[in-house]
Amino acid sequence: MADVLTFTDRGIYCPAADIHIDPWRPVDRALITHGHADHARPGMGRYLCTEGSAPVMRHRLGEIDVETVRYGERVTIGGATFSFHPAGHVPGSAQIRVEVGGEVWVVSGDYKTVGDGLSEPFEPVRCHAFITECTFGLPVFTWTALPALRAQINDWWRANAAEGRACILGAYSLGKAQRLLHDLDPEIGPILTHGAVENTNAVLREQGLALPETIRVEPETRGKDHPGAMVIAPPSALGSAWARRFPNSSTGFASGWMALRGVRRRRAADRGFIVSDHADWPGLNAAIAETGAERIFVTHGYTSIFRRWLEEQGYDAKIVETDYEGESLDDAGDQEAA
Amino acid sequence: MKDFATLFTRVDQTTKTTRKVSALADFFETAAPSDRLWCIALFSGRRPRRVITTSLLREWASERAGIPLWLFEESYPIVGDLAETISLVLPAGEPAEDKPLTFWIERLAELSRADEDTRKAGILEAWEGQDRTERLLFTKLLTGGFRVGVSQKLMTRALSQATGQEEALLTHKLMGSWTPETTTWERLIEAEDPSADLSRPYPFYLAYQLEEGDDLGPATDWFAERKWDGIRGQLILRGGEHHLWSRGEELMTDRFPEFARLIDYLPEGTVIDGEVLAFQDERPLPFNALQKRIGRKTVPKKLLIESPVVLMAYDLLEEAGRDVRDQPFADRRARLDALVAQAPAEAPVRLSPNVSAEDWESLAETRAESRDFNAEGLMLKRRDSPYLSGRKKGDWWKWKVDPLTIDAVMIYAQQGSGRRANLFTDFTFAVHDGDTLVPFTKAYSGLTDAEFRRITQWVRKNTVQRFGPVRQVTPTHVFEIAFEGIQESPRHKSGVALRFPRMARWRHDKPVAEANTLEDLKEMLRMYG
Repeated sequence: MADVLTFTDRGIYCPAADIHIDPWRPVDRALITHGHADHARPGMGRYLCTEGSAPVMRHRLGEIDVETVRYGERVTIGGATFSFHPAGHVPGSAQIRVEVGGEVWVVSGDYKTVGDGLSEPFEPVRCHAFITECTFGLPVFTWTALPALRAQINDWWRANAAEGRACILGAYSLGKAQRLLHDLDPEIGPILTHGAVENTNAVLREQGLALPETIRVEPETRGKDHPGAMVIAPPSALGSAWARRFPNSSTGFASGWMALRGVRRRRAADRGFIVSDHADWPGLNAAIAETGAERIFVTHGYTSIFRRWLEEQGYDAKIVETDYEGESLDDAGDQEAA
Repeated sequence: MKDFATLFTRVDQTTKTTRKVSALADFFETAAPSDRLWCIALFSGRRPRRVITTSLLREWASERAGIPLWLFEESYPIVGDLAETISLVLPAGEPAEDKPLTFWIERLAELSRADEDTRKAGILEAWEGQDRTERLLFTKLLTGGFRVGVSQKLMTRALSQATGQEEALLTHKLMGSWTPETTTWERLIEAEDPSADLSRPYPFYLAYQLEEGDDLGPATDWFAERKWDGIRGQLILRGGEHHLWSRGEELMTDRFPEFARLIDYLPEGTVIDGEVLAFQDERPLPFNALQKRIGRKTVPKKLLIESPVVLMAYDLLEEAGRDVRDQPFADRRARLDALVAQAPAEAPVRLSPNVSAEDWESLAETRAESRDFNAEGLMLKRRDSPYLSGRKKGDWWKWKVDPLTIDAVMIYAQQGSGRRANLFTDFTFAVHDGDTLVPFTKAYSGLTDAEFRRITQWVRKNTVQRFGPVRQVTPTHVFEIAFEGIQESPRHKSGVALRFPRMARWRHDKPVAEANTLEDLKEMLRMYG
């Protein structure tokens, strides 16, 4: 029997339906797992995604021809049946299940298995073959539990606010920024947002997501008018001219990479919070086990190490080269978010 | 150890020196004296004796984490620190009662006398009761190398804040071969006489690099000598014994036994600052002759004959038992000249020749000849300056000769570790040899973080083949590689080995075809090898 999905230089392809999933070059029809720039790219003839992903994709890609589905809804295209299931990565993100002649494959896109309080929680999907990322596919990555993380961030904010300092926290404008907003204790002080973050906030609020009150940083905004503020900005804004309006501030990054002291030091921020919208080591292993799949394809991250580990666990594991980027600390601007 | 872990976290969570200093000062004011002493010891590079091999630690940690050893070994270079890797892979344990830093160090000493099963049980039990930071610190005690963003200078400043003693005095007190087992807080810090220990060295004075555009005023204010390519050393002759210290405060006496003879040739109570050089027929040998002797604790006779050393003396710190560091350099140097002049030619000591000149043009010419003397450039010392401690700008400058350079093609890339964990930072470079590219050096440094990020993106998309962690990339980018020296090396495919290679520039303007050739490299070997 032919494979349900193949890997081409345009992206993941389903021959039975003649569609691509998260392609990186223009194709006629694309199914999209989520709105980050390395998965939802411009130039596709038609897009199909979840209701939760569509607004942000329109916001980022402009005028596009997009159809939406609900989680779990079945869509038949050619000889294949598709359905979208929560990936827990960012609000609206999905794993895409593909069934052809009783054979089931799942493209997980980016995912995490622990709840963030905002995204629809990850839902394991049984399948024969599972396509997974492994950005953090090493046993050194274990995320801080949510209650402890909230306490760390709010304690940091409270201590700085008490001394009249602002906190600037670097986080991707889609997903990470909102989940952190959701974790903040608004009693401590005002919350300010970089324009790129606030634009995404507006889109998500429009969809009905509950986010705390925020103040957009405008060109004339001055740090001293907002004592003890928490400022959420894309990582690239930290250390830039933009950040100079908050001269007396403490800086932090929120990323899975912050688990490594060396990376934390390279960024030269005061604080690093270990938090990611990608699965950590226990998460990857649990997710893969729960699919019941025998065949695993690893796309991006520590692929060769993770593949070998999976083979030793008895899986038939392969590496496929893709253009997905995983969690990068080095976004060149808002639209580069992973 | 909670207070020590808190100190570490406070230091680790800030990039600001003042906050690091105040965290340390708090610790010096509140911790028990023995913990304070250990804190000083750890931050000045004195670690407890290694009681368990790192291979056992790796084995035990992977076993406890439920992962195969190879997976631990793959993770380690990415994290870049063994103790940190261990602290990250171990599952969370059950918090146990807090014990002071000294308790854990003594516990380790106790375990070192036990059999292997007891040791293993002891270590696993310790890990089980510690949180992640405590585990990291405890494991660092086991693996050594306590580099955590606290320099000795910073620690001394904090110590000065906490005790009210002057930094310079404390710096001197902390020199030498003491360990927490051989002294106490009281004796080391609070006692009056820092010269009680006959082997105690003076803190080294370190030079700044002279940059283009720096104006030093008239050339006649400056004493010039060659910048020797050896090991900085401080020779101490006191109480009928000799001691040789490295700049890293390591005692090197046994590695260079020839200096014992200097007791006969130089007066008692003499301390000389100079350069240990491999030296034959009145000229320095290339650095690799000295290299053979650096790694050895003791020296076989054959090596003593093949690579004899001298002390190229350039400053006098103590004369007839008296500290003369506050005297002007010109006076100290004159006294040094007189001392060394008394010694016969067979004594392994030489005066670093005076190459001073009336004007900067002549000095520039002298500097340009440096390679002919196996020297790295010139040293400039202000004639009226005292001997300071540490790296202070103004009185001593190193004026290095321009590096050699060659344009090379990047052919392999590998991810860095530690600070550079998720970036491609380690590259292999090649030159043309007819139709093929011959690798000749690796280089890791010289690019900005932004450039490393750019090249990382590019490597990900242009990998031709993988060999484990190494990626072969499409030959596309040309880099100017700068280096300090070149030598013949039968071990390398190209037949040459470079000294201190680094990426000087990313030559976006150069196509691969215009990179240098193996013939160019061999020509450099003929000229400078």
